[in-house]
Amino acid sequence: MKNRKERSIKYAFAALAFSSLVFLAGIVLVLFMEGLPVFRTVGPWAFLTGRRWYPTSVPPEFGVLPLLLGSLWVTAGALLICVPLGVGSALYLHELAGPRQRAVLKPALEILASVPSIVYGFFGMVILAPFLQNVFSLPIGLCSLTASVILGVMASPTVASIAEDALSYVPRSFREASLAVGADRWQTLTRVIMPAAGSGISTAVILGMSRAIGETMTVLMVAGGSAMIPHSFFDPVRPMTAAIAAEMGEAAVGSPHYHALFAIALLLFLVTFLFNIAAELISRRYRVKLGLSR
Amino acid sequence: MTAAGAAGAGLPVRARGRSKRRSLAQKLGFAALGACMAANVFFLGAILFFIASRGLGAINWAFLTQVPRDSMTAGGVAPAIVGTLYLTLGAVLFALPLGVACAVYLTEYSPKGWSAALLRVGVNNLAGVPSVVFGLFGLTVFVKYFGFGVSIVSGSLTLGILALPVIISASQEALTAVPQSVREASLALGATQWETIRRVVLPAALPGILTGVILSVGRVAGETAPILFTAAAFYVRGFPQSPMSEVMALPYHIYALMTEGTHPEIQTRIAYGCSLLLLALVLSVSLIAILIRQRQRKACHAA
Amino acid sequence: MQHDAVIDYERQMGMENFHPSLVRGPVGAAADPAGEGRSPAPEPKLTARGVNFYYGSKQALRGVNIGFSPRRVTAIIGPSGCGKSTFIRLLNRMQELVPETRMEGEILLDGLDIMSSACDPSELRKRVGMVFQKPNPFPKTIYENVAYGPEVNGVKGRNLIEEKVVDSLKKAALWGEVKDRLKDSALGLSGGQQQRLCIARCLAVEPEVILFDEPCASLDPISTGKVEELILELKKDYTIVIVTHNMQQAARVSDRTAFFLMGELVEEGDTERIFKAPRDGRTEDYITGRFG
Repeated sequence: MKNRKERSIKYAFAALAFSSLVFLAGIVLVLFMEGLPVFRTVGPWAFLTGRRWYPTSVPPEFGVLPLLLGSLWVTAGALLICVPLGVGSALYLHELAGPRQRAVLKPALEILASVPSIVYGFFGMVILAPFLQNVFSLPIGLCSLTASVILGVMASPTVASIAEDALSYVPRSFREASLAVGADRWQTLTRVIMPAAGSGISTAVILGMSRAIGETMTVLMVAGGSAMIPHSFFDPVRPMTAAIAAEMGEAAVGSPHYHALFAIALLLFLVTFLFNIAAELISRRYRVKLGLSR
Repeated sequence: MTAAGAAGAGLPVRARGRSKRRSLAQKLGFAALGACMAANVFFLGAILFFIASRGLGAINWAFLTQVPRDSMTAGGVAPAIVGTLYLTLGAVLFALPLGVACAVYLTEYSPKGWSAALLRVGVNNLAGVPSVVFGLFGLTVFVKYFGFGVSIVSGSLTLGILALPVIISASQEALTAVPQSVREASLALGATQWETIRRVVLPAALPGILTGVILSVGRVAGETAPILFTAAAFYVRGFPQSPMSEVMALPYHIYALMTEGTHPEIQTRIAYGCSLLLLALVLSVSLIAILIRQRQRKACHAA
Repeated sequence: MQHDAVIDYERQMGMENFHPSLVRGPVGAAADPAGEGRSPAPEPKLTARGVNFYYGSKQALRGVNIGFSPRRVTAIIGPSGCGKSTFIRLLNRMQELVPETRMEGEILLDGLDIMSSACDPSELRKRVGMVFQKPNPFPKTIYENVAYGPEVNGVKGRNLIEEKVVDSLKKAALWGEVKDRLKDSALGLSGGQQQRLCIARCLAVEPEVILFDEPCASLDPISTGKVEELILELKKDYTIVIVTHNMQQAARVSDRTAFFLMGELVEEGDTERIFKAPRDGRTEDYITGRFG
């Protein structure tokens, strides 16, 4: 009697627990079901490599290459900012900050991470864009450079916090061994600790990248919105997320445009999924390498 | 460093030169790290400063309590505040039981084995799904398939799914922090596993779980993309009447003011006000969570 | 394992009692009949027969046979890693919380096989209580800690529960120290008080057997003394098994002593006899401090 009750409670918890998996599966299912029909209008190859995104012209053209490249371009720019800022901050926290500094700086990074993306977007639009426009005398401030800067700043606390975890897993003995043979702290940091935490740091970078490429509101507001293949950081772009957010409201349900937007979301999902899996695999191997069971 | 310098003094000239170069590299390197950290702090400061200094002027009692007037150029943003609260509350109410149950299952019932491994991978990936994709899911499933329409319900459910991974991982952390010895004590007294979880483990983990909930509130309140197609409207007359009605929400309101507004001068000012409100809401909530967590960790280390 | 360990426990008891000539060793031969005859052991409450235990493929216990009699304290001694904690945790099935383990043989409580599916682990643990190595009070008030056991075991009524709480705290010799602060957190008590609280918590369930797994391992000598006094007091009503690495403690509190080594029960018998005249060379080595 008691046993049966216990078992049914366990099953109830299992069922509730698996709901999160159901949602993930549901997301995948929705993206496939609503995204694949676009290939009745346009071939998969033409969809992926088409250079023209004119979803509302007659006849419409659904080439997502400009959007895909827009996303990658902005993300690449963001990496140039978030990798040094994020990893540098992690190293600073790990190596240089005393307990009192850490007590202030770590919450500061967490706060930076919790600023809503709409606020970042707004800040980019009203402060950063005009500023960069002045500095580089651009025709318009809303371009991939502005988007990259904002995304980089947004992603850097994510990178910093994961990288700092990775650094803290490096056994103390490594550091002591290096200092004991006469290396200074900088050499110890760059030649012993960083390589030991290397894959943890790469995990951090990949997850930061994943966050940047999936970010929607900021790029929607500051990237400029033009669906062209970018040639410089001063070109305006229309990343995939921005296209979905901006156009979904206008696309008629069931139209090729509607399906095309879902197909873009599918593409986006697959890209971030690959990033996440890669991060997972790297961090798992890393833990094995350092003999950590967690 | 002092030790290295002292050692260098006794060495032959060549070695001393090398050690000088070495310490220069160290100085430059450390300076660079400090600059990285400073840049982050600078950006945080810049965002807070600009939003606060320009937003403060827009905020007054009327701004907080009145509905918008004169095609969004006057009046307040009260409906958007209320809408954000409703959406957030709904999302947390939906995600909390599911998230805690999932964490309990993972830590208490099935910490090992294929089902737990599958769940972990699933939750990790759910956490990495771009927010606009959640929006599309909500649009297809809640708005269309279940027929909830563009409504508080659809938006809350969508935001709830987005909050799930946050709640799950915070709850998991809180549950694993409960010492195994306490579970054993309860079982050894003849309590069943469920009694142990309900009466000992969950109460002990409660503060940590609450931290997770607060963190998720901060996350959910500021999200825009998931509610774009599921809940939000630029203008709704008055306050939301039922869970099935469209709502205004602070984050969407900022976006709409900046992109669809017809009076940029005045509306940018309102957008500043909204941004400050949202920022104050989200950051104070996160700050509370961070402080609670710090205090807990300290307490854990002390014990 | 020697083959005499496989001999049925009761038969072994009989042999010890009535055939002193079988006993090895000069002192033992003289001391033994007097020592064990003085207190003819009652029928064992709890009996282990041919118990093997495995962590994965590693065998931690080998063919353990032993019985625990009511109103007696049995001490289990042995070097660390000898399987003594593993064994005591089998007696109330706490060990099955460790994944990837396997047990063979049987453990009988009043003749009932506790490993059988007919035996519910929580019912068993209600009858076989346990006090752990490190005091592990719940992060609740002192009162709630003691009331917890009766509550989860279906005792209804505030008065009845309160009565049990007071009674248990008194039995655990803690009442005088905590009666004015029952609503305070149990975590505020000293280590020794916490451990006596855990004993009170255990008593409130009214078990028949109490297992002590190195109960004084983390206590200071004064607290240890109090806990030992308490064990001697509790002996009047309960079957008590205590694992200890401290041989003086075994000598002070126990009537019988079992010596474990590398997963085997090497020797079991009257405490005085075990310490004065061990029959097995390995026991002698251990108690004279030659290893472990």
